[in-house]
Amino acid sequence: MLELLSFGPNGWGGQLLMGTAMTVAVAVSAFAFGILVGSLGASAKLSHSLALNVVADVYTTIVRGIPELLVIYLLFFGGSGVATSIASAFGYDGRVDLNAFTIGVLAVGLISGAYSTEVIRGAVQSVPFGQIEAARACGMSRWLILRRVLVPQTLRFALPGLGNVWQLTLKDTALVSVTALAELMRITHLAAGATRQPFLFYSTAAVLYLMLTTISTALFNRAEISANRGVRRA
Amino acid sequence: MKKIVSVLALGAMMAVAAAGAAGAKEWKTVRIASEGAYPPWNATDTSGKLTGFEVDLGNDLCKRMKVTCEFVAQDWDGIIPALQQGKYDAIMSAMTITDERKKVIDFSVPYGTEPSVFAVVTGSPLAKALNLGADRVDLNDQGKAKPVLDKLAEALKGKSVGVQVSTIQADFMDKHLPKVTMRTYDKIDNAGIDLGSGRVDAMLGDRSVVEAVVKATPDKMVIVGPNFIGGVIGEGMGVGLRKDTADLKAMFDKAIGEALKDGTVKKLSTQHFGYDISPTK
Amino acid sequence: MNWQLMWDSLPRMLGGLTLTLQLIVGSLALGALVAFGVALLRLSGNRVVETLAAAYVFVFRGTPLLVQIFLVYYGLGQFEFIRDSILWPFLREPYWCAILALTLNTGAYTSEVLRGAILSVPQGQVEAARACGMSRALAFRRIVLPVAIRQMLPAYGNEVILMVKATSLASTITLMEVTGIARRMIAQTFAVFELFIVAGAIYLVLNFIATRLIKFAEWRLTPYLRARA
Repeated sequence: MLELLSFGPNGWGGQLLMGTAMTVAVAVSAFAFGILVGSLGASAKLSHSLALNVVADVYTTIVRGIPELLVIYLLFFGGSGVATSIASAFGYDGRVDLNAFTIGVLAVGLISGAYSTEVIRGAVQSVPFGQIEAARACGMSRWLILRRVLVPQTLRFALPGLGNVWQLTLKDTALVSVTALAELMRITHLAAGATRQPFLFYSTAAVLYLMLTTISTALFNRAEISANRGVRRA
Repeated sequence: MKKIVSVLALGAMMAVAAAGAAGAKEWKTVRIASEGAYPPWNATDTSGKLTGFEVDLGNDLCKRMKVTCEFVAQDWDGIIPALQQGKYDAIMSAMTITDERKKVIDFSVPYGTEPSVFAVVTGSPLAKALNLGADRVDLNDQGKAKPVLDKLAEALKGKSVGVQVSTIQADFMDKHLPKVTMRTYDKIDNAGIDLGSGRVDAMLGDRSVVEAVVKATPDKMVIVGPNFIGGVIGEGMGVGLRKDTADLKAMFDKAIGEALKDGTVKKLSTQHFGYDISPTK
Repeated sequence: MNWQLMWDSLPRMLGGLTLTLQLIVGSLALGALVAFGVALLRLSGNRVVETLAAAYVFVFRGTPLLVQIFLVYYGLGQFEFIRDSILWPFLREPYWCAILALTLNTGAYTSEVLRGAILSVPQGQVEAARACGMSRALAFRRIVLPVAIRQMLPAYGNEVILMVKATSLASTITLMEVTGIARRMIAQTFAVFELFIVAGAIYLVLNFIATRLIKFAEWRLTPYLRARA
């Protein structure tokens, strides 16, 4: 039975490994995209413009309030249409098609971004305002304050929260399998059906996901330690 | 604001994978979707590649149409919406030509046909009860079909039947056995798994596919009862196409006609099914 | 956008609401019990028990819920000895498989939330209770647990929202809750966009209500934080 997991022509080992790599690729891209969206969302929430506040609130409420599966389906079936109409507004004539990987990254990234928004907003708010005032008093420009004071501090405060968002993001990639992207969950589902060994394949997938979460937790812990290296502890 | 829109649009353009050819242009590549979990019609091998009768036939048809074929995997329950969205140009996934589907998409002429059959666990009481005393039931012939269907409904009273979602078999259950519990699965394999573990009492599917499920777990399941044809079971499987690609439909029609005539369909069918599934007409 | 279709689909989709609510309430209630037990085991002081409880939490927090659902539903059903056991009448039903998977999942997350809350109860309060002559059990019941539950409510609110959304995955094992019905209707009408928007709106409303309920509970449990009239 274990032959089914081997790397030979009769085994699904190679595919499972490729699927794991694809899962990591989707998760990392979506997480990065999510941080980008989250930074924009956090600045919108912290801005003094009421319109931006509302837009950001609507975004986080909707995306965090409806099932991830639905977000992915909606993007899968609607994403190309939106992209096509944007492209045609710019004079591009023809159908724009987003591939499954792009859709997956966009969908999971938007979900991830809604959670990142809250984390980043909280982190920005926990940077003591006195530090910014001090920087200003030293004659730093806005840009310099952002780069030297706000971002490094925010990053330090945001790391634990972002670690949680990363875990969520990694696990949400399993739902991208509905778009037929050959990531770990889809390969597992196909293999379990074709071989009629569901237990073997789903537990293998569970182990592979556990490995990914364990490794990434360790990486985040190291990042936290290094981000906090200048902080005195009680 | 304009700046933001243009930045977003630029991002979207960069993310664009491929721009499909519009209807009026020459067809150079045709993207064909298949489920990849419906052997022997279509399957996925251990290297992740789509295989099966329809992949071989599709490649042959494309050669005749002088276009390049590109097969893409797509889950069954989204296969029609994604065609409408333009994610690919054609469906070859054992899709029966039905009036309901014709409302939203076009079909080529059929390239195959199959009856539907039930399978049950070996030795279950249903294995006898579903022997309805007929080999073949044509649902178009209502006079003859009615008594058999009545017997079938009686035998399945209080039982559950697994079918794949959004199939002619689900239509069959809705129309002829509305009182029998129907459980719908995303993939036919999962209906097979649940029949094997006893969560459903029977499964209903296209004959060759049910045969493949039965063969995968030797001695555990058997096919019982008559072959159902006609009526909701339809007039055979064709290539599903968007309504705005009449030119592509003409190309597929011609190529399928040729492949049927020179025996290519028969040859590929015998190779994958062990018998000829060419449409009877 | 076909508004008529969206409007017409609403009654049928709301027909799945009962099942969705059963899954939410059932798994949250059972999950709370599991979480309570596991949190106590993790604080029990017995190394073996603590390791086992930690392993459970590690596995269920570290894998996607979809994998857990499939493992419970298709994976367990594969074995003859499980099909012959007294558990089979339950595990045979997709309903109980979904409840089981959701319960184990939320149990793992909630136990972490609860454990954190218990640890955050100031030691001085426990000492004061002991000094008043309360037994350890009584101090836990009267002092530690109420304070911890109050403490954990905001985090638990997030978990409730995650669970409301998670029930949509039950549709993958043939259950006809809201998402299952939406998928079934899409199979008949091919109107993906319209129907998933209706389904999404239903979940949004559910989560809105859940958020309000948690907020209300928070308000009830923290009278000392309210502005005095």
